[in-house]
Amino acid sequence: MPKKLLSHWITAKNRSDLINLALLALLLLVVLPLALDIFRLNLVGKYLTFAFVAVGLVLCWGYGGILSLGQGIFFGLGGYCMAMFLKLEASDPVSTAIQSTPGIPDFMDWNQIKALPWFWEPFHSFSFTLIAVLILPTLFAYLIGVAMFKRRVGGVYFAIITQAIALILTVLIVGQQGLTGGINGITDLKTLLGWDIRTNSARYILYYINAALLLGGIVFSRWLLSSKLGLLLVALRDKEERVRFSGYDVANLKIFTFCVAALFSAVGGAMFTLQVGFMSPSFVGIVPSIEMVIFTAVGGRLSLIGAVYGALLVNFGKSYFSETFADLWLYLMGALFIGVVLFLPNGLAGLFREPRQTWLLIKHTALMLVAKLRPARLRPEGK
Amino acid sequence: MAETSTLFTTLLMQGFAGMSLFSVLLLMALGLAIIFGQMGVINMAHGEFMTIGAYTTYIMSTFAEAHGFINQYFILALIAAFAIAFAAGYLLEYLLIRRLYKRPLDTLLATWGVSLVMQQAFREIFGAREVSPALPEWLTGSYQPAPGIDLPVSGLMVLVLMLVVTFGVWLMMYRSRWGIRVRATTQNRVIADAVGINTKRVDRITFALGCGLAGIAGAAFTTIASTGPTTGSLFIVDTFLVVVFGGAASLFGTIASAFTIAQAQSGLEFLMTGSMAKVITLVSVVLILMMRPEGLFSVKVRK
Amino acid sequence: MLKKEILLAIEDLTVSFDGFRAVDAVNLYVDKGEVRVIIGPNGAGKTTLLDLICGKTHASSGTIKFKNIELRDLDEHHIVRAGVGRKFQTPSIYEDLTVYQNLEVSFPRGRSAFGSLFFKRTQDVVDRVQEIAAEILLTEQLHQLAGLLSHGQKQWLEIGMLLIQNPELLMLDEPVAGMSVRERQQTAELLKRISANRSVIVIEHDMEFVRAIAHRVTVLHQGRVLMEGSMDAVQADERVIEAYLGH
Repeated sequence: MPKKLLSHWITAKNRSDLINLALLALLLLVVLPLALDIFRLNLVGKYLTFAFVAVGLVLCWGYGGILSLGQGIFFGLGGYCMAMFLKLEASDPVSTAIQSTPGIPDFMDWNQIKALPWFWEPFHSFSFTLIAVLILPTLFAYLIGVAMFKRRVGGVYFAIITQAIALILTVLIVGQQGLTGGINGITDLKTLLGWDIRTNSARYILYYINAALLLGGIVFSRWLLSSKLGLLLVALRDKEERVRFSGYDVANLKIFTFCVAALFSAVGGAMFTLQVGFMSPSFVGIVPSIEMVIFTAVGGRLSLIGAVYGALLVNFGKSYFSETFADLWLYLMGALFIGVVLFLPNGLAGLFREPRQTWLLIKHTALMLVAKLRPARLRPEGK
Repeated sequence: MAETSTLFTTLLMQGFAGMSLFSVLLLMALGLAIIFGQMGVINMAHGEFMTIGAYTTYIMSTFAEAHGFINQYFILALIAAFAIAFAAGYLLEYLLIRRLYKRPLDTLLATWGVSLVMQQAFREIFGAREVSPALPEWLTGSYQPAPGIDLPVSGLMVLVLMLVVTFGVWLMMYRSRWGIRVRATTQNRVIADAVGINTKRVDRITFALGCGLAGIAGAAFTTIASTGPTTGSLFIVDTFLVVVFGGAASLFGTIASAFTIAQAQSGLEFLMTGSMAKVITLVSVVLILMMRPEGLFSVKVRK
Repeated sequence: MLKKEILLAIEDLTVSFDGFRAVDAVNLYVDKGEVRVIIGPNGAGKTTLLDLICGKTHASSGTIKFKNIELRDLDEHHIVRAGVGRKFQTPSIYEDLTVYQNLEVSFPRGRSAFGSLFFKRTQDVVDRVQEIAAEILLTEQLHQLAGLLSHGQKQWLEIGMLLIQNPELLMLDEPVAGMSVRERQQTAELLKRISANRSVIVIEHDMEFVRAIAHRVTVLHQGRVLMEGSMDAVQADERVIEAYLGH
């Protein structure tokens, strides 16, 4: 399979893509781990979990034209599934002996809950948790997708509805403090099957698992885009009716793509919980969801690899500025949204991929300005 | 007997609380319905225009207090809130929106950026703490039509304001030459251009007008709650749902949907916690929209 | 002469938009192998009729039987898979893809989400694409972006995208609008070739073109069938002349 993939890649004249992927792999797997201490590397790992969402958005927004403003839903669901498992492991009767009801998560005890709620029960099992991380968000995306796309709802309506669902989920999580940990989220996660995830060695290992999964996700996405489905997505964005009247169930193609994007987000969310050690509603709602879109937009909505750089850059920017000039950050973030949309619709990847085009654009603008400044009678005829 | 009358008055008061929420929601939604319903533009910064109106009212009240005309200031504040939000909307259309008419999803992202910038600006100018304008005495009292029933005058005022503004919008959209121009432009831009309508100007004024209405919503909002830098953004999703739920291009639909959502929300709050009331209201709206995506009030057209 | 077999039978078909009947109790029978042209003044309901057949618009009443399958209850993609192809009025092709990709994407295999993911470009696909490209005179443009084609070539490409699915009924909405005289002739020849083993419904205003291709002509007026017959009969009919010239 990988060999075949590779050959397909090269025949498809995507050598530069391959080089870019190799460079990214080099950066993630060698350069960053060597250059950064474990605290910073863990931070990079956290940013890379957002890159999962960004890569999914390249598929469903960049190629499929489906702008979801609710990717935090799936990131959160994946993250919460993992957090529930870890929390149960951290809440064994011995370590929670001082609680009025030992053996349940601390926040439940604080909220006078006496027994573990039914939907927490299966999260005692690690294999169930893994399946839930993968299936639950995807299934939810499937349901949203069926409800919306089968009825031909798309574009801004889809964006607004997904945003509303993200809001609903946040309000629900915050409101049901006793069941979900409320606004603080699920915290104090310690071990995974007895393995302490807070140690440096665990952080290294989790970072590498995360990076490998992300690179694998990019390879899978590249393969998806080079398949007929990829062509169909491009076709769909241009002339949806033509695709429908060529015998395709357009809704199914969109649902599938949306589900893949949701699955990516969910994996990112689970990896977030493992590396950062908690999960909270602040990664579910409207604001994080739309920020994840901007990671993709900055990197380039049509570039899988660009999306990773977008997630890294924006998050580095965020942590740098909020440490030094906290007030400036929101201005910058706002300017980023406006600037990318107005001047860089294909993001950084657009600049990188078409330096010639960019140069031409600058040249033409300059020439136009010069022409405007020149006295009218000196202008060449017909121009 | 006594018990039923207590229940009745409680229900009435609850219904009245719903009416205040309805009024603010509708004032917000009217502006958005014009911008989104007529122009198809998604303005995520719409909430911040409401905040502009609220802060304008606050400034006017401080100024009025210092100069001793606190009893008359609210009317002036309304006008100022409209004018400033209108001007800001005009500017935003000129600088940003007009470049993005063909890219609705990108407009959404860009205006989100605008809302972030505006929120931070509010925070730096007015501070992160919430502020409330000093209300004139005549607005702070309450009206008792019957013993046990206690209706705040500010709520009644918001209600009246909502009725006046809605009527004004209806007149403007359906009974004025300008309204015909707006509707002509949205239905067929090319033809509208051809018959001599300055469609670019219509766009700009329509957008600014929608923002101005949000400003009025903000002024009304100050009478029922206090204002912070992110106040407007809390309303944006609800407002969009109101507009979409009502069927984007229908004025009557917007009114009915604002009423339904506001009454459901405040009615449910009577039975459960605020957050669960909100969850149930929003879930119902989303589910109904999934079953009837074109909204509650829309007509079948030949395409 | 052998009795012809009926491929498409439309009976009592009506659609109304807010009380306005765009198509009003229309009966239409198309034989196997027939080229039927539908003409009529603007607003006669021609395009709406095609919309009804291909499922873009839902009928208020009546039946549309294609090979004895009722199309009214089917989704668009099922109607296409049953063998009905539809070309739109303005060329509807994928501008960002090459001519080759446009045709390959239309190839009738791997139509489900998973199917398209695992679709393989086998030799028969390549052969078929080349065969169709030759048919629509675009062999030389095969690896050019479709957006760069001339208007006429775009029309052909869209016809080719339908042909690759080998539909039994092909519906073309104004296929020669905006074409040069030479292109019109080439299109007429193309239509004659492809109608050898399928039925074709064409909407067209260009009477010379209609004369060149039509087996029978149906005239629609205000949503109703005004008359049906050969081109000569239609052109001689008083009612048709009146409908076109008005009162």
